[in-house]
Amino acid sequence: MNTKRTLLKTIAAAAFASMAMGSALAADITGAGATFPFPVYAKWAEAYKAATGTGLNYQSIGSSGGLKQIRAKTVTFGASDAPVKGEDLDKDGMIQFPAIVGGTVPVLNLEGFKPGELRVTGPVLAEMFLGKITKWNDAKLVALNPGKKLPDANITVVHRADGSGTTFNFTDYLTSVSKDWADSVGKGAAVKWPAASSVGGKGNEGVAANVNRVKGALGYVEYAYVKKNGMNFMQLQNADGKYVSPDDKSFASAAAGADWFSVPGMGVSMVNAKGAESWPISTASFILMYKQPADKVASAEALKFFDWAFKSGKQLASDLDYVPLPDSLTDQIRAKVWSQIQK
Amino acid sequence: MSMGTTMNAPSVPLETGNPNMVSIARRQRLQDVVFHRLTQGFSLLVLVALLGIIVSLFVNAWPAFQKFGLRFIWYVEWDIINEEFGAAIAIVGTLASATIALLIAVPLAFGIALFLTETCPTWLRRPLGTAIELLAAVPSIIYGMFGLFVFAPLFADYAQVPMQNVLGGMPLIGFLFGGSTNGFGILAAGIVLAFMVLPFVAAVMRDVFEIVPPILRESAYGLGCTTWEVVRKVVLPYTQKGVIGGVMLGLGRALGETMAVTFVIGNANRMPTSLFSPGTSIASTLANEFGEAADFHISALFALGFLLFVITFIVLGLAKWMLLRAEKAKGL
Repeated sequence: MNTKRTLLKTIAAAAFASMAMGSALAADITGAGATFPFPVYAKWAEAYKAATGTGLNYQSIGSSGGLKQIRAKTVTFGASDAPVKGEDLDKDGMIQFPAIVGGTVPVLNLEGFKPGELRVTGPVLAEMFLGKITKWNDAKLVALNPGKKLPDANITVVHRADGSGTTFNFTDYLTSVSKDWADSVGKGAAVKWPAASSVGGKGNEGVAANVNRVKGALGYVEYAYVKKNGMNFMQLQNADGKYVSPDDKSFASAAAGADWFSVPGMGVSMVNAKGAESWPISTASFILMYKQPADKVASAEALKFFDWAFKSGKQLASDLDYVPLPDSLTDQIRAKVWSQIQK
Repeated sequence: MSMGTTMNAPSVPLETGNPNMVSIARRQRLQDVVFHRLTQGFSLLVLVALLGIIVSLFVNAWPAFQKFGLRFIWYVEWDIINEEFGAAIAIVGTLASATIALLIAVPLAFGIALFLTETCPTWLRRPLGTAIELLAAVPSIIYGMFGLFVFAPLFADYAQVPMQNVLGGMPLIGFLFGGSTNGFGILAAGIVLAFMVLPFVAAVMRDVFEIVPPILRESAYGLGCTTWEVVRKVVLPYTQKGVIGGVMLGLGRALGETMAVTFVIGNANRMPTSLFSPGTSIASTLANEFGEAADFHISALFALGFLLFVITFIVLGLAKWMLLRAEKAKGL
C-alpha cells in the first residue's frame, strides 16, 4: 500500500516535471495523419526527445485527416499512407517523401494449418474477396495447394469498416492483379466490398479480432498485427512468380526494387514489386511538408527529426516490425527532396 | 409573464406610506425580472444550439441532397469510390436493430419494474434497483466489447446455428434466418442494444410505477383485484405517460447508439436480407467513415446525420401525438 502510494507520487512528480520541461523548451514538432506508422513515429519521438529534448506531437487521425491538417497549415508535417499525386503536390507547394516501409498481409482462420502453409496467387485472392470463391475447398485453392486437405468451410471475408491506408494498399494490390476487381470495385481508402459474406471490423485490431473469432474467416491486416497476435497468414505469389512470406526481408526487397524517383513526389506504388523475394503488398508511408513553410524554424526542426530517425531510428523501427529505408534512399531524399524546402 | 403579474398585485402596499417598502418591492421585482430573463436566456440557448445543429448539418449535407434529391432516402447504394450514395441501407439497419432491441427490452423492463414495485420483498428492492441503475451507467463501449468478444461467439454457436436449423426451412419466415452464422448482424446488434436500453426503460418504469398513490392501489386490492388486475387497470392507466416516455428514451438511445452497434452489426454496406445478415446503422457508418472521408463523401455522411436527426424527431413526435390521442380518448 505504502510503496504503491510512493510509486504513484513519483509518477505524478515525473509527469509534472516532464510537463514543465516540455513547456520550458522549444515548441514541439507537430504532425498528423496516418495511423499505420503511428507506433514507430511514437517510438522515434520518445527516443528523439531523450536524445535532443525536442518532442514530437503526432496525432494519428488517419491519412485523409493528415492531408486536411497540413492543407490547413495547423501542423508542420502531414502523414499519409496513400501517396499524394505529383500535380496536387505542385498545386499546394508541398514535397513528399517516404519515411517507413511495411506490409499488408492476408490472414485467415482455418484450423489445422500453420502460418504460411497455404498459398494463394493474386488473382485467386481477388476472387475470394470478390465473393466468387466462397469455399475453402474451391478447386482453384486446391490446385494451388496440392496435398493439403482443405476443409469444406465457408469463407467469411473480413474487411476494414473504417477508411484506412491499409485498405488503400490492399485494394491497390487487388486492382493491379485482377481485372475483375479493377472493373467492379477499384481501389480506395474504403471500397464497396462485393462478397456476400463480408463483415467489417473497426481498425486493424477489429479485423484481427473478427478473423480470430470467425471460423473460415479471411481478412487483411498490417504485418505488425500478424506478428503481435500470432495470426495465420497465406503465402502470396509475387510478380516474379515466387511464393513469399511476409517479413521485414520481403518488404525490404520490395522497397529496394522500387524506382522511387520515377514518379513525381516519390509516390511509387510498391504493390506487385519485382524481385524474387519481394512481398507483393508492401507499402511506404509518406510525409508531406511545405516547400515554403510559414514557420521555417518548425519546419527545420521536423527535418532534423526525420534526419535523426533515418540515421538512428532503424533498430527501433525493426523492433516494431517496420522496415527502415535503406541509406542509399535516405541520402537521395536529403539531397533531392529536403533541399527544396526553404530554410 | 404570469409570474410577473401575480407578483405585482400584492407587492405594492402604497397605503402604508413606508417608502422603504416600496423600494424593497421595486428591487425584488427587478430581481425577479432579471432572474426570469436569465433563465429564459438559458432555455433559448438550447433552442439556438438545436437550430444551429440542424442548419449546419443541412448546409454540409446540401451537396448530397442536391445531387440525389429525395431519392437519397431510398437509394440502395453506398459506393465511396464512384460517389454513389443512398441512405436506405443505413436507415433499414438503424430501424431494424432498434425495433428488435425494443421488442426484447420493453417486455423484460416491464416485468422487472412490476416485480420491483409490486411483488418484490422489501429487502431485495434496494440492491436490485441499484443494480439496474448501475447497469444503466455502463458506458456503451463496454457493451460493444462484451458483444464482440463474449456475446457474438456464443450467439453464433448456440443461437444462430440452432435457429437456422429449426426455423430456416420454414415457409414465409425461413428467409429471416438465412445467411452466414458468424455472430454478427442485425439481430446480434438488436440483442446487444436490448441489453443496453433495458436498464434505462426498467429504471424509468419503476420510478413511474412508484408514484402511483398507495391509496389507489390499496383500494383496488381491497376490492379483491389480483396483482395483474391492479397493474392492468390502476397502475398502467395512471402511469401511461411515464411508461411511453421511458420506452421513447430507450428508443432514442437505440437509434443513436454508435459504439456498441459498430462492434456487432457487421459493418457491411449491403441491404440486409435476413436477421443474420451483416448491415450497418446510420450512427455506425458515421463513426466508421468520418475519419477518412473527403469531399463529397463527407457531404453524404452529413446527409445521413441529418436523416438520423429527422428520424429521431419523427419518432419522438409520433410518441407525443399518440399520447395526446390516448388522453383525448380518455377524456382527460
